[in-house]
Amino acid sequence: MSAVDIEPNVDEEITSAGVETDQYLTFIMDNEEYGVDILSVKEIRIWDSATPIPKAPSHVRGVINLRGTIVPIIDLRQCFGMSAIDYGPLTVVLVLQVETEKGHREVGIVVDAVSDTADLDRSQVKPAPDMGDKINTSYIKGLATIDKKMVILLNMGNLLNQEDFSAMAEAQKSILELADETTE
Amino acid sequence: MSKILAVDDSASMRQMVAFTLKGGGFDVVEACDGVEALALAKQHKCDLVLADVNMPNMDGITLTRELRTLNDYKYTPILVLTTESGTDRKTEGKKAGATGWIVKPFNPDQLLNTIKKVME
Amino acid sequence: MSIDLSQFHQVFFEESFEGLDVMESGLLELDPAAPDDEEINSIFRAAHSIKGGSATFGFSDVADFTHVLETLLDEVRAGTRSIGPDEVELFLQSVDCLRELLKGLQAKEDVDISRAEDLRQQFEKILGMAPSDGASLDDAESISNGAWRITFRPEGHILRTGNEPLRMFWQLAEMGTLTVTTDSSSLAAFATMNVESCYYAWELQLEGRNIQKEAIEEIFEWVCDDAELLIEPLVAEVAEADENENENESTEAIEAIEDNLQDMESADAEIIPADTKAIEPADAAPKNDAGEKAAKPTVSKAAETGSIRVDIDKIDTMINMVGELVITQSMLGQIGSDFSDDKLGKLQEGLTDLERNVQVLHESVMRVRMLPISFTLSRFPRMVRDLSRQLEKKIELVVKGENTELDKTVMEKIGDPLVHLLRNSLDHGIEKPADRVKAGKPETGIINLHAFHQGGNIIIQITDDGQGLPREKILAKARENGIVGEDEALSDEQVQDLIFQPGFSTAEKVSDVSGRGVGMDVVRRNIHALGGAVSVKSEEGVGTTFTISLPLTLAILDGQLVRVGKEVYIFPLVSIVESLSVDVSQVSSVAGACDVLRLREEYIPIIPLYEAFGIEPDSKELKNSLIVVVESDNVKVGLVVDELQAQQQVVIKSLETNYQSVEGISGATILGDGTVSLILDIAGVVKMAEGLSSELDEKAA
Repeated sequence: MSAVDIEPNVDEEITSAGVETDQYLTFIMDNEEYGVDILSVKEIRIWDSATPIPKAPSHVRGVINLRGTIVPIIDLRQCFGMSAIDYGPLTVVLVLQVETEKGHREVGIVVDAVSDTADLDRSQVKPAPDMGDKINTSYIKGLATIDKKMVILLNMGNLLNQEDFSAMAEAQKSILELADETTE
Repeated sequence: MSKILAVDDSASMRQMVAFTLKGGGFDVVEACDGVEALALAKQHKCDLVLADVNMPNMDGITLTRELRTLNDYKYTPILVLTTESGTDRKTEGKKAGATGWIVKPFNPDQLLNTIKKVME
Repeated sequence: MSIDLSQFHQVFFEESFEGLDVMESGLLELDPAAPDDEEINSIFRAAHSIKGGSATFGFSDVADFTHVLETLLDEVRAGTRSIGPDEVELFLQSVDCLRELLKGLQAKEDVDISRAEDLRQQFEKILGMAPSDGASLDDAESISNGAWRITFRPEGHILRTGNEPLRMFWQLAEMGTLTVTTDSSSLAAFATMNVESCYYAWELQLEGRNIQKEAIEEIFEWVCDDAELLIEPLVAEVAEADENENENESTEAIEAIEDNLQDMESADAEIIPADTKAIEPADAAPKNDAGEKAAKPTVSKAAETGSIRVDIDKIDTMINMVGELVITQSMLGQIGSDFSDDKLGKLQEGLTDLERNVQVLHESVMRVRMLPISFTLSRFPRMVRDLSRQLEKKIELVVKGENTELDKTVMEKIGDPLVHLLRNSLDHGIEKPADRVKAGKPETGIINLHAFHQGGNIIIQITDDGQGLPREKILAKARENGIVGEDEALSDEQVQDLIFQPGFSTAEKVSDVSGRGVGMDVVRRNIHALGGAVSVKSEEGVGTTFTISLPLTLAILDGQLVRVGKEVYIFPLVSIVESLSVDVSQVSSVAGACDVLRLREEYIPIIPLYEAFGIEPDSKELKNSLIVVVESDNVKVGLVVDELQAQQQVVIKSLETNYQSVEGISGATILGDGTVSLILDIAGVVKMAEGLSSELDEKAA
């Protein structure tokens, strides 16, 4: 299993104009582009098998050994209720370190492919539209436009803060509706 | 460097004594009872022995008596650590051949000063 | 030289607590009628060490209190005082009191010494001591402005005590001007001379300002019993002499003695230091009281540092193994740097060595965490003693196997459940003396506490010869609470097991000791949480035995690798009863739902693991599969698997660190190929199985 370490370019975090920018790693799923804070990305791995967990929700693909710690792997597609696809050579796992209410957690997310890194001014990030009370959008950090394309920025910590991993399926509704709305 | 054999069953006392002596520029060999001390004394030629009186396996008095039978320790200063309630013990220690005693409690300075009495 | 004594405090506290434990157990075993010398000695030594340490490290409250204890113990030891039950009780209370005091000091809290004071007065009363004590210093002679004449005539054997007149003179010379006159009149004739004896006597004159008699006496303190020593004030005439001259004289004089001594004892030159210029005033030692206070760490709760004491032999084994590993590594390195096919044999050999070394190292590292269970058991004799007094029962506790080792973490967590079980035996098990006599038993009840290793587990058994569990009472209570149906017939074991049900207590009157209704269920839950099990066996009128079985360590598990489809699971070896290939004729379906295997005289429900875990097996045909019979809490279940693989020790990793707990899974481990394998929680799987079968039952219905 090969791994690429990401070295976030800290210098670029603050531009000369003094505007605060964050760096994001963007990735693609079902033709939609998503982004996560690059500082939370520990490593990017090529998908390899994971040990399935009995009775786990379908988006939890299993656990892998990451240098001695047991890390769960989540299929973000299934998590967001998109159709599952076969994993191919481009399928990657982003290992993220996120802050949750229960402390540091390491989790791997399976995405279709890694796209790019992007510097975004805070001002460029628009809050997620209000989707009504029924839909929890706390794990959507905001929306931004990069090269005329809409990118959904995720707050993984809030996603993992859901009661348990099965509750993450709840996420699907909001993401799907959001994706619909943004493509309109 | 002069070598001192420090014998005490209490780890904290032993550590304190050893630490003080090392700070005073002495080489220290530690033992936790008379039996261990006797074995170590035979291995290392020590210039001074500091021994607690009350110890399991072999007490300080017996240790002193045993050490005095060894050629290497015929004249070596042996100080026993005793408490104020142990007046009889002082005499007993003397009889066994101890050079003198140090009354507990003592602080590091007192310890070094007393040691200066018998070695320099 | 300034030394921060607080750096030794932690060690002092640790050893003091150990000392208190020693005192306590010694006191409990002490037979006042015929006290064992060694027992008294070890109690005395413990008190003595605590006193010495506390005085040294500045805990005067503890030191003062321990002092009276020690004094009394010393008298007992010397045989001048007998010890009775009241004294033992007082000593035990003192142990408690000291423990509290030390705990407070360790946590850097203000300590309440009123209890210590109270106990101290009781001791002083026994000792017949006047409650006050003040040293009187009233020697009018002690200060002399002038000079002193010292006559020192040591006995012949003085050198053999390591005392050296020369050194004493050096010390005197530091105080003032010293003139030494040697009297060699008693020198023996050469032929009869003993080289080890001292034949000299000395007359010394010491002049200086404010020289106190005590100071001189202190120098001769160690030899005054073995010498004629006369210290008298000198009349004025000598004091007028020129100081410089005198100093020169004194130095000369000392050199003269030195020569004398050297001549006399040339047989053993070592005792005379060749270094004569060493006569220097002693360094004025800086007072470090203030510095000491300032250096005290400001952290208030330093108590729980979680340190562990490790026997030196355990560390030595580890160091040896690391040494071996290094050798193996370099050997493998050599093979690797210049590899050719003919070295394959060597490589395999090296790898075998490596495997063995790693295994031994692994075991020895684990052993570091292992402590004898006596750390936990040691508090029980006291507890039994106190409680039996309180309950007016006569009970003897017999502890066996206190050196059985187990993991520190397990040990810390097993204490409370054990206390609970023991209290239970004391309170509900053993009868009052009168009742026992009526039942034809000896007045004194016996509780056996037995710890031993069995397989990878430690077993702790608490057996009492009391009244046993009252079957009918338990059953009635269970029916009352609705735990058991009115016409449900239960075996004795099943009834006895009911006491582990939540909210179950049969004590007619709730006592202070146990029977508050929270109890056995919590005990069982806590033991389960440690991966252990607890069971009870009882016979009415004869007694009760509680058996606790615990894994030796929480970090490692002896596992059986089991494959189902593409997945490999770890079964804890201890819970496997047996593995067998299925004889389909012995399997029958119960109500069309759950298959049951008839194994000898038992019927065992069969759970296909692929069904429970939702995975694809090699084959769903029972005849192609294996059944692993596992047991948890006396419930046996047969798990259907595809293949049994190797048995190996696995390191348990938590799933909850990054994920969450999973039903039926207790953790995960990493196999040799780097993949993750899940460890089965047998108790959980059995529960799942029960759920599964009832689900199926419902469907079938």
